[in-house]
Amino acid sequence: MSEKNGFEPKIIGFLCNWCSYAGADLAGVSRIQYPPNIRIIRVMCSGRIDPAFVLEAFKDGADGVLVAGCHLPSDCHYISGNFKALRRITLLKKALAEFGIEPERLRLEWISASEGDKFAAVVRDMTEQIKKLGPNPLKEMEVKSQ
Amino acid sequence: MANQKIGAVLVIGGGVAGIQASLDLADSGFKVYLDDQAPSIGGVMAQLDKTFPTNDCSMCILSPKLVTAGRHPNITVLTNVEVTRLNGEAGSFEVKLRKLSRYIIEEKCNGCGICAQKCPIEAVDTFNEGLSNRSAIYVEYPQAVPLKYKIDREKCIGCGTCFEVCKAKAVAYDQKDSEATLKVGAIILAPGFEVFDAKLKSEYGYGRYPNVVTSIEFERILSASGPYGGLVLRPSDGEIPKKIAFIQCVGSRDYQLGNNYCSAACCMYGMKEAVIAKEHTPSPLDAKIFFMDMRSYGKEFDAYYKRAQGEWGIQFVRSRVAGVTEDPKTQNLFVHYVEDETPKTEEFDMVVLSVGMQPPKNAEKLAESLGIKLNGYKFCETQAFSPMETSKPGVFVCGAFSGPKDIPESVAQASGAAAKAMGVIASKRGAEVAVKEYPPERDVSLEEPRIGVFVCHCGINIGGVVNVPEVVEYARKLPNVVFAEANVYTCSEDTQKLIKEKIVENKLNRVIVASCTPRTHEPLFKETVQEAGLNPYLFEMTNIRDQCSWVHMHDAKEATEKAKDLVRSIVAKAKLLAPLKKPLINVTPVALMIGGGVSGMTASLALADQGFEVHLVEKEPELGGQLRRIHYLLEKDSDPKEKLDALVEAVTKNDKIRVYKNAEVVDVYGFVGNFKSKIRQKDGEEKEVEHGVVIVATGAAEYKPNEYLYGKDPRVVTQHELEEKLASGAFQAKTVVMIQCVGARNDERPNCARICCGQAIKNALKIKETSPETEIYVLYKDMRAYGFKEDYYREAAVKGVIFVNYGDERKPQVKAENGKLLASFWEPVLNEQLEVEPDLIVLSAATVPNPDNKKLADMLKVPLTKDGFFLEAHMKLRPVDFATEGIFLCGMAHSPKYIDESIAQACATAARATTILSKKTLEMEGIVANVSEDLCSGCRICEYLCPYGAVEMKDKEGKTVAHVLEALCKGCGACGTACPTKAIVMGHFTTDEILAQVKAALVEVKT
Ligand code: FES
Repeated sequence: MSEKNGFEPKIIGFLCNWCSYAGADLAGVSRIQYPPNIRIIRVMCSGRIDPAFVLEAFKDGADGVLVAGCHLPSDCHYISGNFKALRRITLLKKALAEFGIEPERLRLEWISASEGDKFAAVVRDMTEQIKKLGPNPLKEMEVKSQ
Repeated sequence: MANQKIGAVLVIGGGVAGIQASLDLADSGFKVYLDDQAPSIGGVMAQLDKTFPTNDCSMCILSPKLVTAGRHPNITVLTNVEVTRLNGEAGSFEVKLRKLSRYIIEEKCNGCGICAQKCPIEAVDTFNEGLSNRSAIYVEYPQAVPLKYKIDREKCIGCGTCFEVCKAKAVAYDQKDSEATLKVGAIILAPGFEVFDAKLKSEYGYGRYPNVVTSIEFERILSASGPYGGLVLRPSDGEIPKKIAFIQCVGSRDYQLGNNYCSAACCMYGMKEAVIAKEHTPSPLDAKIFFMDMRSYGKEFDAYYKRAQGEWGIQFVRSRVAGVTEDPKTQNLFVHYVEDETPKTEEFDMVVLSVGMQPPKNAEKLAESLGIKLNGYKFCETQAFSPMETSKPGVFVCGAFSGPKDIPESVAQASGAAAKAMGVIASKRGAEVAVKEYPPERDVSLEEPRIGVFVCHCGINIGGVVNVPEVVEYARKLPNVVFAEANVYTCSEDTQKLIKEKIVENKLNRVIVASCTPRTHEPLFKETVQEAGLNPYLFEMTNIRDQCSWVHMHDAKEATEKAKDLVRSIVAKAKLLAPLKKPLINVTPVALMIGGGVSGMTASLALADQGFEVHLVEKEPELGGQLRRIHYLLEKDSDPKEKLDALVEAVTKNDKIRVYKNAEVVDVYGFVGNFKSKIRQKDGEEKEVEHGVVIVATGAAEYKPNEYLYGKDPRVVTQHELEEKLASGAFQAKTVVMIQCVGARNDERPNCARICCGQAIKNALKIKETSPETEIYVLYKDMRAYGFKEDYYREAAVKGVIFVNYGDERKPQVKAENGKLLASFWEPVLNEQLEVEPDLIVLSAATVPNPDNKKLADMLKVPLTKDGFFLEAHMKLRPVDFATEGIFLCGMAHSPKYIDESIAQACATAARATTILSKKTLEMEGIVANVSEDLCSGCRICEYLCPYGAVEMKDKEGKTVAHVLEALCKGCGACGTACPTKAIVMGHFTTDEILAQVKAALVEVKT
């Protein structure tokens, strides 16, 4: 279809249960259409998302990872999990380059339970952006080394 | 008599107040019937976009409550219902109800929504305030509880389409209204309010000019799920406005209309709407608010006002708008107003009318059928010392029906009303509720994982796009899956039976449902597997409706592939699922009350009424707190001295309450249900007590001013000191000047002290009563006489009290010269500087936090606001809870407030505490953190990170290791994620489980 001969990225989305997962639900209920490239994994809070999960996703061939939680400052249902995610993911983005992964492949977004449209827009935008970036470079390295 | 009481309560009105009251009652062992006239619960809060002052998303914080209320085993939700008659008396009522027909069989409808998709008729969407359309068969909003459709028979043409497409056979065109009778011990009224009809203020052009909208319409416009998807657009042409005017007090503070009262919440929501509108508009937006007094009197509200002016750049104009006209060509609007005594006109793209609150439409009918009294405005009548009591014993009130109020006030009052109702029927706790029994749990620890997968068609919601049989076939081939099948509706009653059978037949030990969202349906399925003898944590869900069929409607192939990926991924997780125990903790049914003012005493009595013991600790030699200094009330409906004596007597005589005067709590240790504290008594002796909850009711103090010659000239006094003089007959003065906001709304204390405006009006009226000739000037920044207090403000003005506005740039000046007091101030109406010679200057001194708060906060590990008051768990929906389970707060320890507000909060803490104290054991959520002590290095990172203080360090054979207090852990996982040695395992979201899920989502696993 588009660039890189029909490459369809696979995106893993870690969504907190209370806001972002609910936002994805609302996108559904409101029938907002978005590209089918994301696979959602529900966690209780964005503060649960271990950088190791993100790295594992890239290692397993994800072309992009979305981390989404409740809006700053005070929407997190566990008081401050979103701040913890903010710190971890910001640091992780910096470290990604060291593994040869473009930091743009990892996104942190705040999505509330009433932002079904925002969730859809983020997925749309990420899919487009990653299509331009091409497949996860780790995959290609693996292919070459085989 | 006592044995005829009934342990059930009818709650009338399913808005946020009714829901809160219901939840507190249901969690305390009472049966609740929650009724609403509308087809679903949620009330006005469900329509709001954001809530002030935190700008939280309204639906995000409300919907968990909706779901809990809808599923609570002790709550029966009755919608489309009106009350027609009440017989009996407190403790034993008989209520007659009429249930209006939905033309849908509720038991059969599972909310799949196919009918609405196929319905050919368009009707006005009332939930979106008429700004968009819906079908003639509808639910009010997507998250509606109960999710049952309704036919709008006025619009329906009877074409039969819905009847035909409904696979559940739920449509019944010939359904009739029905009658029902309930037996309950108490009733709580929470019917809310009606929005003022803006057409009655014809000068503002609402209904004639399309770009003049009401504030509630504007909430829908702002909402991402509203008519314009959250974009701010003009209704006339869909253009993005560049300039919006907000007009305050539309239908409030309006003597001509007969609505003299203030609607109490509009200043804040007007400001919030302006702020959010700016956020939602891509191009710069000018927002201007026209107001009379900015009544941002609540906790942290003035800080919000400041940010609105500064950071968010909202403009504020102090003026009552005279009228709005329209330019017919552009449909822009001209706002006509007077500022600085000069008439002005300004053009805007859009005008938002901040409409006030009216009593509910059926208030009179309701009052008549229940036999309760209404006040002059047709709101429910209450009194200062009994804010939840109606004129009929056993019938209580909460929320806006007892007077306009915002959400936190309504929620607190709702819990308060619940406590009152519990007091009536305490002896019948548990009598009307059935305790659910589950079969013994099967031990699956030695079994290989045997997974069963149930894939839902959801009518055609999923099956219409996703190839469900293909997904089922695929699931069958996945590792450890021993059973898979498709269901038309996996959530229907008969499928629950089927799932249980299949679990037994196939010896399943893990169950997966691939259907809709776990946020609404997981509890149902967990219950089902538990009924089949499985641990509920052996269940998992994946959402192939909201994440596949509904969002990839035009790509059946991709939607099906994605559904397969999601199923594969959740199967990989399910394989690793372990049963979890819900920790049980014992509860000591005793409360520790810190503070013996009106709040502490009221809360103690409310708990003692229900049979719980209370240790009441008061620092001073006498009970009473600030109430000792109050001699009369603004409302004049009761004598505070009499009330105080009665309270003290009731507390002292109650054998459930142990009072410690001249005493102090010096140590608190433990957690919900199991606290141990030390009380240091008068003689220095320390006594240790055990208790299940703590209530903080430590009150506040009057600020000692250092402004305006206070302390230097005896003729300068505070409002409390003036009250003392008036009460003792020592008052004498020809001229009095009162200065408002002394020590408040300044750099040091940016927030409003809330009660000083009422105090000033009260004392001014008292002066006018005893010495009508005395001239009184009240110098104010904003007169914050909110709610019905506006009546007294008006009365004072009518009686000749002169109110003069001042701003920070021109503060009043006070000096003493040749033995005379001189006060000079700017008079904005006369446009000149005035100087008067008062005999008395009265300072409305702020209410400041109790100086002991810091010490107590450290001891309890609970937070304070920047101002030094205690900070609750959530400003909107948990006004009297701390984030730490089992600790509550009320009264002025929370923030300055009037007596009725303190009493409401005090009773609220009693209700919230009862949800714990009424249980022998508390069953906690099983999803908690677990420390593997061998791996723990004792680094304390988890202890530092835990927002709930649930991690403590303990000694294990000479090594310091972390220990999780399961009772406090909420399972957020912050600790597990940060643990450097991976010693912490998060139940149900273990690292292994999540990693397996990630891997399987990305890679095909080989069988
Ligand atoms: S719960 Fe959503 S980020 Fe913490």
